[in-house]
Amino acid sequence: MHYFKNIPQALPPMIRAENINKSFGKLQVLRNVSVNLPQGRVVAVIGPNGSGKTTFIKTLLGMVVPDSGTIYVEGRSIANRHDYRAQIGYMPQIGRYPTHLKIKQLFDMMTDLRKENAPKSLDEDLVVAFHLRDMFEKPLGTLSGGTKQKVSAALAFLFNPPILILDEPTAGLDPLSSELLKEKIQREHDNGKLILITSHVMSDLDELATDVLYLQDGSVQFYSSVDNLKLETGEQKLGRAIAQIMSKTAVSSKRAEAIKI
Amino acid sequence: MNKVTKYVLYDIIRNRFVMGYTLLLAAVSFSFFGFDPDPNKGLLSLLNIILMVVPLVSIIFSTIHFYNSYEFIELLSAQPLSRKSIFLSEYIGVAASLSLAFLVGVGIPTMLFEGTERGIVLIISGLLLTLSFVSLAFLAAVITRDKAKGMGLALVIWFYFALVYDGLVLGILFSFSDYPLEKVMLFLTALNPTDLARIMVLMKMDISALMGFTGAVFQDFFSTNYGLIIALSVLMVWVVWPVALATRIFNKKDL
Repeated sequence: MHYFKNIPQALPPMIRAENINKSFGKLQVLRNVSVNLPQGRVVAVIGPNGSGKTTFIKTLLGMVVPDSGTIYVEGRSIANRHDYRAQIGYMPQIGRYPTHLKIKQLFDMMTDLRKENAPKSLDEDLVVAFHLRDMFEKPLGTLSGGTKQKVSAALAFLFNPPILILDEPTAGLDPLSSELLKEKIQREHDNGKLILITSHVMSDLDELATDVLYLQDGSVQFYSSVDNLKLETGEQKLGRAIAQIMSKTAVSSKRAEAIKI
Repeated sequence: MNKVTKYVLYDIIRNRFVMGYTLLLAAVSFSFFGFDPDPNKGLLSLLNIILMVVPLVSIIFSTIHFYNSYEFIELLSAQPLSRKSIFLSEYIGVAASLSLAFLVGVGIPTMLFEGTERGIVLIISGLLLTLSFVSLAFLAAVITRDKAKGMGLALVIWFYFALVYDGLVLGILFSFSDYPLEKVMLFLTALNPTDLARIMVLMKMDISALMGFTGAVFQDFFSTNYGLIIALSVLMVWVVWPVALATRIFNKKDL
């Protein structure tokens, strides 16, 4: 637990996961994952492919039901509930929408679904920034991958939810849009939201993240603030800091195995 | 629930495939009624086409649609909606659009040329057949995550009910031809929605004499309103149970 440093545990956790286990068949995808995610933080969920990042995110959203363990959102267990998702804005990795629906209709539908839980006015910053209104009458099937990504992003932020879960948000966006999205994430961070980001683009995470949650083979390798990580490793860049820690743990785990033998 | 259904329906109605299906049904209906001066024969030919095409199109289209909507369903399940309402919204959206296609393609021409009790029974049984194969498609689609396997399963289901089942029944009839099988036949019919639809329509026509003693027993049973209501109810069961089971599976499924 020596890596669980410098995360401000005093803040009430927005999301708390306790001993989450999940297997798909014989493959165990999450092993005893326990984390507190407090508000006001931008947590980068990183790890190699197949490390359980997406499954972890899906358990938070209730898309995957853990075999054991409990997840609390704002203090209440999410088991068999769906209303808590009004607190979450989710941007999926791949946005595929009904092809003949127009962008406007998709927004109408979402507003229809969530309006009871989002009494405040809609947050249309990204709709404006991405000029989506000019394309409101276009069917979703005709949009390019990047434009769909913009639609997904705008939808995630639209209802001003206190929690944002962004799965590879900048993948597929052009440099300008990517910057606009990052600015928006930064602004929402300043507003005190909890933001979870998975990404393989370390430079993006370096700009945005306050904490790093590193998963490998379904278990939490470390969960630490970015500042602490850089201090400990003496590196200036997040990517290098993580690489250093990973090579250390790889060596130490090999050593541990060697001792066992 | 209808908040989502509305948009699913809107999306599918603009689908070329569904438009093509409607036109195909309309073309078949008009030509059968148009070429044959005897609407009874037209109805019979139409019945044979419907029994093949409607289940096939319903089950294949619904399965494909479900898999293509997977990411959209995922997105919906990240919203404050229950799994059940997401699943049933999708079901109602698909079922309603295919029913609409059937009503326009077959319902309108049938009412124009043969707006009798027979015609109405044909329309109702075709509609229920549509609903039950959409139901079966949704069941096939939630059983496996793999699109190819799901499509295979859907095709096997169609193949079984459209062709294999009748072969099996014939086999039973031949092997036990020394025994009175009329009641058994009645029961076996209830186990196949396609057969139920067929019998319901046939019994409204005066051709049961061609079907021998079994036909007579069937006529006794189905030509009464009581029998018709039973047949309709059994067909309704074929609509409800697959989608009910599918909803249960979808509720616990990992997306």
